[in-house]
Amino acid sequence: MEQYEPDRLSPAQVAAMRRSFTHGRAALTRRSLLRASAGGALAVGGLGTLSACGIPPAGKTEGGVSSEDRSKEEKEVSFSNWTEYMDIDESGRRHPTLEAFTRRSGIKVKYTEDINDNSEFFGKIQPQLSAGQETGRDIIVLTDWLAARLIRLGWVQKLDPAHLPHAFANLSPQFRDPDWDPGRAYSYPWQGISTVIAYNKKALDGVEVKTVSDLLDNPKLKGRVGFLTEMRDTVGMVLLDMGKDPARFTDDDYDAAIARLQKGVDRGQIRRFTGNDYTADISKGDFAACLAWAGDVVQLKADNPDVDFVIPDSGYITSSDNMLVPNKARHKTNAERLMDYYYEPGPAAQLAAYINFVCPVDGVKDELAKIDEDAANNPLIIPDKAMQALSRAFRSLSAKEETAYEEKFAKLTGA
Amino acid sequence: MSTLTEAPPPLTPAAPEKKPPRTRGRWTPYWLLLPGILWLLVFFAAPMVYQASTSVQTGSLEEGYKVTWHFVTYWEAVSEYWPQFLRSVAYAASATVLCLLLGYPLAYLIAFRAGRWRNLIMTLVIAPFFTSFLIRTLAWKTILADGGPVVGVLNTLHVLDVTGWLGWTSGDRVLATPLAVVCGLTYNFLPFMILPLYTSLERIDGRLHEAAGDLYAKPSTVFRKVTFPLSMPGVVSGTLLTFIPATGDYVNASLLGSADTGMIGNVIQSQFLRVLDYPTAAALSFVLMAAILVMVTFYIRKSGTEDLV
Repeated sequence: MEQYEPDRLSPAQVAAMRRSFTHGRAALTRRSLLRASAGGALAVGGLGTLSACGIPPAGKTEGGVSSEDRSKEEKEVSFSNWTEYMDIDESGRRHPTLEAFTRRSGIKVKYTEDINDNSEFFGKIQPQLSAGQETGRDIIVLTDWLAARLIRLGWVQKLDPAHLPHAFANLSPQFRDPDWDPGRAYSYPWQGISTVIAYNKKALDGVEVKTVSDLLDNPKLKGRVGFLTEMRDTVGMVLLDMGKDPARFTDDDYDAAIARLQKGVDRGQIRRFTGNDYTADISKGDFAACLAWAGDVVQLKADNPDVDFVIPDSGYITSSDNMLVPNKARHKTNAERLMDYYYEPGPAAQLAAYINFVCPVDGVKDELAKIDEDAANNPLIIPDKAMQALSRAFRSLSAKEETAYEEKFAKLTGA
Repeated sequence: MSTLTEAPPPLTPAAPEKKPPRTRGRWTPYWLLLPGILWLLVFFAAPMVYQASTSVQTGSLEEGYKVTWHFVTYWEAVSEYWPQFLRSVAYAASATVLCLLLGYPLAYLIAFRAGRWRNLIMTLVIAPFFTSFLIRTLAWKTILADGGPVVGVLNTLHVLDVTGWLGWTSGDRVLATPLAVVCGLTYNFLPFMILPLYTSLERIDGRLHEAAGDLYAKPSTVFRKVTFPLSMPGVVSGTLLTFIPATGDYVNASLLGSADTGMIGNVIQSQFLRVLDYPTAAALSFVLMAAILVMVTFYIRKSGTEDLV
C-alpha cells in the first residue's frame, strides 16, 4: 500500500479530499455504513449462522423424561384432543363426562381441541419435544403411527399401571398388543377407527361394490372413486385386497400395492385422494364409493339414507387414536386418572353414544343400550365377533421405511 | 427524508454555535423504522436464514440434522419435481390472465360508471374475505358438483367436450380437474386484482377522456391510447399480487384437484409434514422463491412501469 504523504499535497487538494470523503460519493454516511455492515455481517456471519442452525437428535431416554409430578399440589390436567371428539350437552358448551370427572376427583380439566391433523400437530410439538422442553400438555391423542414414532423417539412417558386399573381390565382384546407398544406401556386408546368402504346408493345406480378391487377395476366407476390421504389406511386396504397381511408385508408387497393404485390414478379410475373432506363428496354423490372412516359413516348414514358401508371379506384396517403423556408433562398422575376414568363402562358408553367411533372398552354394550339401543347394536361402534375377526392392523414402520413409504405414497397422490 | 438525514454539508468544520438546530430530530426516522425492522428481522430474516440452513442439512429426526453443505438436495429437488413447478406456473398464469379479463371490466365499471353504487360494489368485491379461505374454496365443490346445475349446463352446451379435448377436464366433470383448480385460484385471488386496478383507474382524470374525444378518438382508441396505458401500474401490481401467491398455493389443488394436478405448494407441504424431508422442503421453497423473483423482475422490466400503484 502507498504511504500517505500529506506534505506532498497542496492545502486545496487536502480540502478537496476531505470534502469527497465526508460528503461525496465515498462519504461514509449512515446509510452506506448500514449497508456495508449489513452486507458484511451477512457475508461473514451468514455461513456461521447457517452452520449453527440444525435440529438436535431426538433425546432417547428409556421410559421418557418426567418433570416433577405436581399432580398432588395442582389439581388440574391439560388435555389436547381432536375436534369433535368429546361428548357435548345441548347447550353446546359443556362436556358432561369431563364435568363428572371433575366433580368426582376434584381435578380440573383444561380441555383443548387443538389437533386437526397428525402431521401438522407433530410439526407443532416437535420443536419443544426435540429440545427437551415441556409442551404444556398432559395428555395428547395421536393416531397409531404417530404414537409409535413418539415412543420410538422417546418423547412420551411410561404410564404407571397402578393408576390404570379399569383401563387394564376393560381394554378390548383387539387393542391390547399393538406391535409398537406391546401391553400398552405408554399409551391407551381413546377411540378405535375402522377403515371401511362407503358408497352412495344413488350414485352407484345398481353397480355392486364389495371389495377394494371393485373400486379399482370396475370401469363403471371410472373417475368416481376416492381413496384416503392416510397412507396406512389406503395402502393397508389394498394390501388386504391383494391377499397380503398389513401386519407382515415386505417392501415388494408395498411397491406392488402402490403400483396397483398408480394404475388406478393413471387410468383416471381414482378421482382423488382426500382427507376428512371425502364426507362431502360421498354425500353429494361425486364419489360413488370410497374408503371411509367408520365413525364418519355412522354420522353420514344418519344424515343421508343413500350412504351405506360395506366390509370387504378380505378384512379392514383398524387403527386407534391413543392417549399419551408427553415428556415433561407436569400432571402425569392426574392424566392417568383421567385415562382410567374413560375405561369405566359408564363414561365410555356416554362417550360412544355421542361420537360413534369404535369403543375400545369391553363391557360397554349394556350401558350403551340404556342410552342408545341402535348404537349398541351397531357393529361399527361395538364390533361383534364377526367384525373383530376381520379387523387388521398396519404394522409399525422403522424410521427409514416410514420416510421411503411416505415419499412413494406422496408421489402417488400427486404431491 | 434526505433533509433530515443529511444536513446541508458545511465546507469547513462547523463551529459549535453553527450546529444545525434539528439534531434532536435526526434519529427520529430510525426510531420510527425500528419496529418494522425488528419485525422483518424476527419474522422474515431469521426464518429465511433458518430455512437456508435447513436446505443444506442432512440427517433424520433420530440422528438430528446437521449442516453438511449438501447442495445436491437442490438439484435432486428440481429434477424430481420440475413438473409440479411448471404446473404451478401454468395454473397461476392462467388464473392471473382470467383475473385480469374478469377484473378489468369490473374495476372500470366501479371507477367510471358505478356512480352512487360504487361503495356497494366495492363492498361486494371485498365481502368474500369475511369468510375463511377454506370455506370459500369448499363452496366451489358444491358449485361444481358433478350432478350440479353448472356442470349440467356445460354438458348440454358441449363445453366440456371442448375442454376435455384440451385436457382441462376429463369426462363429464369439472371437479378434480385442472379447470377446477384454475377456477378456484381465479376466484380466490380476484379481489387482489380488482383493488389495485380500481385504484389506478380511479385516479385517471375524466377530462383526459373528453380531451381524447375532442381529438376525434373513437371510444376504443381512447381506451387503447389513454385509459389502458394510464392504468398500467394497476395492471402490473394486480398481476403480481395474483400471480405470486397463486404460484405457491396448495389449498385449491388439494381440495379441487386430483392426483394429476399437484402444485409445488402441495409437494412442499407433504415433504415437510408427511415425508419429514425437511431439507428437500426447504430447498423447494428457495427454488420457488428464486423462480418467482426472476419471473417478476423480467416482467416488471418488460412492462416498463416503475410505479406499482
